[in-house]
Amino acid sequence: MSAAEHGTDGDLTAVKGEPELRPSAQIVPQRSVAGSALTLVVAIMSFLACLTLGGVTLIRDAAHTWQGEIGREVTIQIRPIDGVDTEAELNKARDIAMAAPGIAGARIVSTAETERLLEPWLGSGLELSGLPVPRLVIVEVADAGATDFGALRQALTEVAGASLDDHGLWTERLAATAAVLVMIGIGVLVLVLVAMVLSVVFATRGAMAGNRSVVEVLHFVGAEDGFIAGQFQRHFMVLGLKGGLAGGLAAMAVFAIGNLLSRGPLGTGGTTGAEMLFGGFAVGPTGYLGALGVVFVVAVLTAATSRITVQRHLAMLS
Amino acid sequence: MIRFENVGLRYDMGPEILRDLTFTFAPRSFHFLTGPSGAGKTSLLRLLFLSLKPTRGLINLFGKDVATLSKRELSGIRRRIGMVFQDFRLLDHLTTFENVALPLRVQGKAETDYRADVVDLLKWVGLGERMHVLPPVLSGGEKQRASIARAVIGQPELLLADEPTGNVDPVLGRRLLRLFMELNKLGTSVVIATHDINLMDQFDAPRAVLEDGHLRIEE
Repeated sequence: MSAAEHGTDGDLTAVKGEPELRPSAQIVPQRSVAGSALTLVVAIMSFLACLTLGGVTLIRDAAHTWQGEIGREVTIQIRPIDGVDTEAELNKARDIAMAAPGIAGARIVSTAETERLLEPWLGSGLELSGLPVPRLVIVEVADAGATDFGALRQALTEVAGASLDDHGLWTERLAATAAVLVMIGIGVLVLVLVAMVLSVVFATRGAMAGNRSVVEVLHFVGAEDGFIAGQFQRHFMVLGLKGGLAGGLAAMAVFAIGNLLSRGPLGTGGTTGAEMLFGGFAVGPTGYLGALGVVFVVAVLTAATSRITVQRHLAMLS
Repeated sequence: MIRFENVGLRYDMGPEILRDLTFTFAPRSFHFLTGPSGAGKTSLLRLLFLSLKPTRGLINLFGKDVATLSKRELSGIRRRIGMVFQDFRLLDHLTTFENVALPLRVQGKAETDYRADVVDLLKWVGLGERMHVLPPVLSGGEKQRASIARAVIGQPELLLADEPTGNVDPVLGRRLLRLFMELNKLGTSVVIATHDINLMDQFDAPRAVLEDGHLRIEE
């Protein structure tokens, strides 16, 4: 059955030196998948997700620093009691504090210092010895983890009129506020990702509808659903990776600019509200790693969403 | 190979266009399927290709009741059937080569393994110079040949062709018929739907004639 055997049709002659074949084109046409618009949506969603994650790490780090700083110092207050030598009680309280584990040092606030502390309220030149003014012992904590404040409080019951203030109320409130903010952040993150998944579902459905003839032909030549889903999934994986990277990199750029500005003249001048709260707008390495994580999650989510959507659609077709 | 028992087909609530079809096509057989336009040739081919379900009756293909096939089994059976569509069904964004190679590609075969076979077949059907172009650039006859090449590239056990010579000149028509005959000699069962009397006269094969929804075999 050679071509020359028939030889009546020019078309039938063999071709010599034909050009090289192009690399096989993708089975699902590139153009037919809602490309740039969806990439942009994914990029914006990733950007928002990364910013939220950065914000969460910022709040968590700031709360951690705050709690550390507050917890570094506790005070023992000695109320003067009639018939009790306050100075002796102060020394006793200091000794008990010094003996406790994890304590760096303890210092009695002198009468002169106490007077200075009260000066704004009571005015200068007052003789305080006649007044029942409480006295303080400032205790510096070296290792908050090693110190048992409950045991210390128990030990201080030996000292008449002593009470320990470890700022527990403040740190608890701060921790609660930070936890609420972190939960809100995680909630926003989840919502952003859900919105992204939904847009990918709609885009995949659109792509399936637009490529109905392709899907039909693939079925006719014996393609299994898994193969067809794989073809769509590859498209959306690349799209998700592109969008995710664009959004993630933009968010990282915002973090970097924030860090630079907080170190620059703006940060060194007057303290802004944000700086007072966060101690400078500096997203740590966790924020950057988190952004990379978001990019990865976005790509995987996009691919998995499109695969599941295609398989459901194909199951419906049958 | 193919067994129909009391098969009937209607579209929605319309009249039954195929009625009580009962016949058997043996393995390695060659049949022309003919009849007037609108007699239901394409519908019968679609039943054979499992792209339509009968409204009644039993169809047995390769020893399996097609009503009980799972999706995976359906794909497996489609790989054993080559179908030449009247409207070609080529993918416009793939080159002629890629279209013809599609059945092998979906089976997960590597291009290096099938490239030579596809190129040889394309040359044989006279598309050697057109293998790099996209279908919208091809003429009707060229599309038809590409469609035939795609149907036969996987050496199917059953070849179904719907008016495969409708868009080509008589010389090429004869040549394509010879391709089907060669395939048949190699063991492929062939069913060609056509109303081209000249084509049927060139090869002595049983004719399955569809008329008024009924089928009769003329040996």
